[in-house]
Amino acid sequence: MHMADALVAPTVAATMYAASTIAGAYAVTKVKKENEAEKIPVMGVMGAFVFATQMINFTIPGTGSSGHLCGGMLLSALLGPHAGFLTMIGVLLIQCLLFADGGILALGCNIWNMAFYACFVGALLIWRPMMKKGASKAKIFAASIFGCVLTLQLGAFSVTLETLASGIAELPFGVFVATMQPIHLAIGLVEGLITATVLCFVYEARPSLLWGIGEKRAQATGKLTTKKTVAVLAAVTLLIGGGLSLVASAYPDGLEWSMEKVAGTSELVAQGRVYDTMSRIQEKTALLPDYAFTGSDSVAGTTCSGIVGSLLVVALCIGCCYLFRFFKAEARVKKKQD
Amino acid sequence: MNKLSKSVKEIHTIDQIAREDRWVNHLHPLVKLCLTIGYIAVLVATDKYAIARILLLAIYPFAMLILAELSLREALRRLRIVLPLVCAVGILNPFFDHSIQLYIGNLAVTGGILSMLTLMGKGCLAVFAGYFLIASTTIEKLCHALRRIHVPSMFVTVLLLSYRYISVLLSEASRMIQAYELRAPGQKGVHFRVWGSMIGQLLLRSMDRAQVLYESMRLRGFDGEFREAGHMKMRTMDFVYVGVWSVYLMIISFR
Repeated sequence: MHMADALVAPTVAATMYAASTIAGAYAVTKVKKENEAEKIPVMGVMGAFVFATQMINFTIPGTGSSGHLCGGMLLSALLGPHAGFLTMIGVLLIQCLLFADGGILALGCNIWNMAFYACFVGALLIWRPMMKKGASKAKIFAASIFGCVLTLQLGAFSVTLETLASGIAELPFGVFVATMQPIHLAIGLVEGLITATVLCFVYEARPSLLWGIGEKRAQATGKLTTKKTVAVLAAVTLLIGGGLSLVASAYPDGLEWSMEKVAGTSELVAQGRVYDTMSRIQEKTALLPDYAFTGSDSVAGTTCSGIVGSLLVVALCIGCCYLFRFFKAEARVKKKQD
Repeated sequence: MNKLSKSVKEIHTIDQIAREDRWVNHLHPLVKLCLTIGYIAVLVATDKYAIARILLLAIYPFAMLILAELSLREALRRLRIVLPLVCAVGILNPFFDHSIQLYIGNLAVTGGILSMLTLMGKGCLAVFAGYFLIASTTIEKLCHALRRIHVPSMFVTVLLLSYRYISVLLSEASRMIQAYELRAPGQKGVHFRVWGSMIGQLLLRSMDRAQVLYESMRLRGFDGEFREAGHMKMRTMDFVYVGVWSVYLMIISFR
């Protein structure tokens, strides 16, 4: 799945380098926080181990062909997602420099396609939840195969997206996807089987080497506090309401589109005294009519509308919650008195 | 010789070439790294029909391979991984792009053929540029360059250790595979019944080796930081080298 330099445009390469750098910086911070100097030589040697095992051909039962290991999921299951990710970057960099397997400029894409999904998605969303309550051979098999298949599918899909965004191949996107995904399904199954057998061996021989087995559910230190949750939600709200509203689609929404198809217009015209009165009231009371300042087409109006709207919704929701709590408390007091 | 032994030999050969006493090997690693990245960026940014520009861009890798006295055969051998993939993507271009871009005599050349050729050209030249970089710069010098651009010390240490141990583990894996092949002749690869035990054994040995390595590193004062042997300074030659090739790339880019 290693992408060559010729298959990526500089803009795509730069974007993927930026994304991989952010993920790498996050991984470095997390590994540093663990403060285990012992882990660094282990990461180095494990990188070399993955490199060596990638060279070994494994017979695929009943096919007469052979496959090999990629190692992302295996590294994550042994070192954890963050250390595994950094080790995989090292492996990919050495492969690209020493064996021209993947380009120097396409390294960001390759890190994302092969290391990010395997280490972060595979380890955090599949391996850890499955192993939380303890491991078994069946669980290791399921997690390895499911993890490898899913992460390879994601990686293969990313390859097609990156090639499409680069505008290199004339091959239609649909055909490319239809070619890439089934091939990587087979590769994922083989990789999953190899990973599973190796991890099962380690589980029997030295289970302490496996990462994330029997972790306590939601450790207090790792939990988000209420303040942090509110802060994150507020930041996301401001970003979506204030920033992304500017790039909202100019096309009609689903309802308007259907109405336009059926009635020939996206807005219904209503007539009558009640309608006129309500319209006048709405015009007088609307703070930001049509998501803009009155009599202005400024983009600041759209941003302001997004933020004000979000804040009003939050205030309304909190108000409703407090009202609900107030009436509940009242009812409880009355019940006690009775 | 099996695949693993060949890889060990390849790594040793590249390492030896990069350590030889040649003027290109003494150039500052950061200069070579930045120039290689810049060159590949200009190369891949080239329009898909601009075959003439691809030919002009071929000057840099070929000139450097000749000046550095590097084997062109070895450079061509490195295409074995990249070229099939690039060809697989590019070979379909003539079927989808029928627009006529130029005539050679009476022969019409379609956009699909041009884009296929430029794609293959880009793939080959990028590999040649990468080969020149690694064959003229040792991994220690590259790590030094990475530290100069503020790549975290931890990552650089992991990279260096991985590189150092690749030869060791490849040799170990090679011995295991050779022993297996001698006991199980005529098999294509490792039988699935021994996947776990064979690789698992190698893994456990690697882990034990990592523990021994850590202890020996601690005894020598390792504190998790990457230490550079010496501070490499930019010399006049580095400025001349980067200046000449930057002008060349700029002329091609804005031509």
